[in-house]
Amino acid sequence: MSWTRSFPALVALVMLAAAPASAQSVLRIGLNDDPDALDPTISRAYTGRLVFAALCDKLLEVTPDLKIVPQLATSYEWGPGQRSVVLKLRPGVKFHDGEPFNAEAVRFNIERHLNTPGSFRKSEIGEVKSVDVINDLTVRFNLSEPLVPLLAALTDRAGMMVSPKAAKELGDKFGTRPVCAGPYKFVERVAQGKIALERSADYWDKSHIHIDRVEFLPITDSTARLASLRSGDLHMIERVSPSDLAQIRSDAKLKVVGIPELGYQMIPLNLANGPKGKVLGADPRIRQAIDLAIDRETIVKTIFANEYVPGNQFVSPSSPYYNAKFPVQKRDVAKAKQLLREAGVPNLAFTLIVPPERDRQEAALVLQAMLAEAGITMTIQSQENVTMLQAGQRGDFEAYFTFWSGRPDPDGNIFTFTVCNGRQNDSHYCNPNVDTLLTKARQVPEPAERKKLYDQTTPVLMRDLPRLILWHRRVFTGLSIKVQGFTPYPDGIIRLQGLKLS
Amino acid sequence: MSLGRYIARRLLALVPTLVFVSILIFLLQQLLPGDPALALAGEERDPAAVAAIRAKYHLDRPMVVQYRIWLGKVLRGDFGESLRNRIPVSELLASKLPVTIELAFGSMLVALLLGLPAGVLSATRKGTPVDFLANLAALSGLSVPHFWLGIMLILLFAVRLGWLPASGYAPPWEDPLRNLTTLLLPSIVLGTGVAGVMMRHTRSAMMQTLEADYVRTARAKSVPERLVVLKHALRNALIPIITLGAIEFGRLLSGAVLTEQIFNIPGFGKLLVDGVFNRDYAVVQAVVLVSAALYVLLNLLADVLYFVANPRMRGSA
Repeated sequence: MSWTRSFPALVALVMLAAAPASAQSVLRIGLNDDPDALDPTISRAYTGRLVFAALCDKLLEVTPDLKIVPQLATSYEWGPGQRSVVLKLRPGVKFHDGEPFNAEAVRFNIERHLNTPGSFRKSEIGEVKSVDVINDLTVRFNLSEPLVPLLAALTDRAGMMVSPKAAKELGDKFGTRPVCAGPYKFVERVAQGKIALERSADYWDKSHIHIDRVEFLPITDSTARLASLRSGDLHMIERVSPSDLAQIRSDAKLKVVGIPELGYQMIPLNLANGPKGKVLGADPRIRQAIDLAIDRETIVKTIFANEYVPGNQFVSPSSPYYNAKFPVQKRDVAKAKQLLREAGVPNLAFTLIVPPERDRQEAALVLQAMLAEAGITMTIQSQENVTMLQAGQRGDFEAYFTFWSGRPDPDGNIFTFTVCNGRQNDSHYCNPNVDTLLTKARQVPEPAERKKLYDQTTPVLMRDLPRLILWHRRVFTGLSIKVQGFTPYPDGIIRLQGLKLS
Repeated sequence: MSLGRYIARRLLALVPTLVFVSILIFLLQQLLPGDPALALAGEERDPAAVAAIRAKYHLDRPMVVQYRIWLGKVLRGDFGESLRNRIPVSELLASKLPVTIELAFGSMLVALLLGLPAGVLSATRKGTPVDFLANLAALSGLSVPHFWLGIMLILLFAVRLGWLPASGYAPPWEDPLRNLTTLLLPSIVLGTGVAGVMMRHTRSAMMQTLEADYVRTARAKSVPERLVVLKHALRNALIPIITLGAIEFGRLLSGAVLTEQIFNIPGFGKLLVDGVFNRDYAVVQAVVLVSAALYVLLNLLADVLYFVANPRMRGSA
């Protein structure tokens, strides 16, 4: 057969010319899925934020230990009662189209976030009532109520500034040709193929940008993504699955860096959301018994090879806001059984809804076995993710297995899940004292003062247990040893400042 | 019946088929679990944002009204806008279809290069080890999952040997070499599957024609065996293979889902899968409708070719 002879020749031919000469340094980053619209106002996909980190600078930035630092704004100052905040802006900044970045541009952007139909930023900064232009480089945000977490929102998409001229010209098509003020400017996007950016010559902080061009390639299959990293097609991959870590670690050309995430994996319990709240909502001792029957350490050790972190609070144990007086407790089956007897339900039975996702499916099976030892029958019901979330809202659940990706400000990890009528409070938990503390924590700017307020909620929430927080993942970034100067951030977003390619 | 009338009649019959397909697509999509507005509203699930999405994409209207709005637009060539990245669907289709067509051509080339010679060889050497090997290869080509073969080829040629890129795609006008290198492995994965079918059909068609009277006559006239096989027998055996080729080509256009996913080729299959996962109704509807139309058209093409190649058809069509 002639093809057997010609095939190696063909491969050789292809190889000969397979090294295109290029003086430009190109960094290729593999994304877990294709981002949605590249417009900070209407974007919602996580992967979009990795692209935005290269494309759009924000008013403020967070450090890896979550302190708020300047970016396009050089300083901030709270007004009386935290009802307004004044931002001083960086002089001499230009958008990629050459338009100046100034106070008018900030006002335009905030109003765009607030007024664009279908804006996903409105819920993040909805408390901003108006923006005053004080002078060309100073703005004041006036708030309807004191809201310290606003600053953290300005370190993400709500704080991203786009060129007003381009935004007006492109209208709702802005996301197809975004114009911002970040280190890289938009070149092209092939949907599901790649997003290409190139270094902006006018960037205000260009001394920290060393790579000429960045390409983001969405590869949804994790095996294929890893293979592309190993073959050198990609330089970096985001959110590496723990099962792929061993392969990366055994490859001398690659390395992997991990950091605890901002979010957590959790099981909201139905306390009073419709008739299905009767079982677990009847008595806090029932929920305490479930909690005591769970061995979080074992789950993390057996399912996640100890790569994740056992957790029980709205922030991970490495966060400054973690209440160290309430560490992850040891499993106590005898006490769990006793609590159930006291509550009058020695044979507790309930259903846990789990989406078809490997981590949570496996954890659910282990949980089921652990609870069985305490005499609790937990039925596992598989349900597609969005359907499960709908059931959660409607109250059509006793318990469901979900996660929260986390926010840099602690408020974003607890407030709407916990306050009475909170938007994400599917448990319908309601405790006015907790509400008061959490609301107060939104109004105090000093972190130490805020921590005291959050600490006061811990014993109450540990007793009432509207949701079980189980573990915090670590976000792993896989990279070629050619990439140098990488600093991991707990949000998993790759910052290109300081990155070098050898 | 003339060829022109035959084609016109077949084209007319296409209309009800496509209308039926469009209704089916629409109904099946309603069965997808989960509210698309909620899927699009992100982690925060802000009720105002959910309501805005419902209104914008008419998700708050009855199904019949949604279908009418959609069909009306499609008839005017407007497939709407991707719910996820706000790019017009017609633009997405226009950019993905050439990629998938190129991949389909590459795969057909691989299939023909492997399947035809293997089929001919095993037919002419029936019962010999060559025949056995060709059959074994065809069976493997048919039964090895694309997903597995793709990963193995990536591990061998991209990771171990470093000869070819592991994934991605570059348009031919941008980087012709990279275009070929990125399409080589996926073409092999898809092509070997088709080659198996091709080999089996070629083999049986060849065996039939090789036993035909005119072949015996040719041999009796001591025509060289090479000419008997390649000119007299193969040509006649090709007729069913043309039909098969057209149908397989249509299948490649609509069914390269997994392969495109593994090799990260931004084609039709990937567009479809991502569309389903993101509840991107507009994209899914358009891709399935266009794939269905292409499949039916290629079927028609196969019939026309058959009609042209086989004079016996003309009376009965």
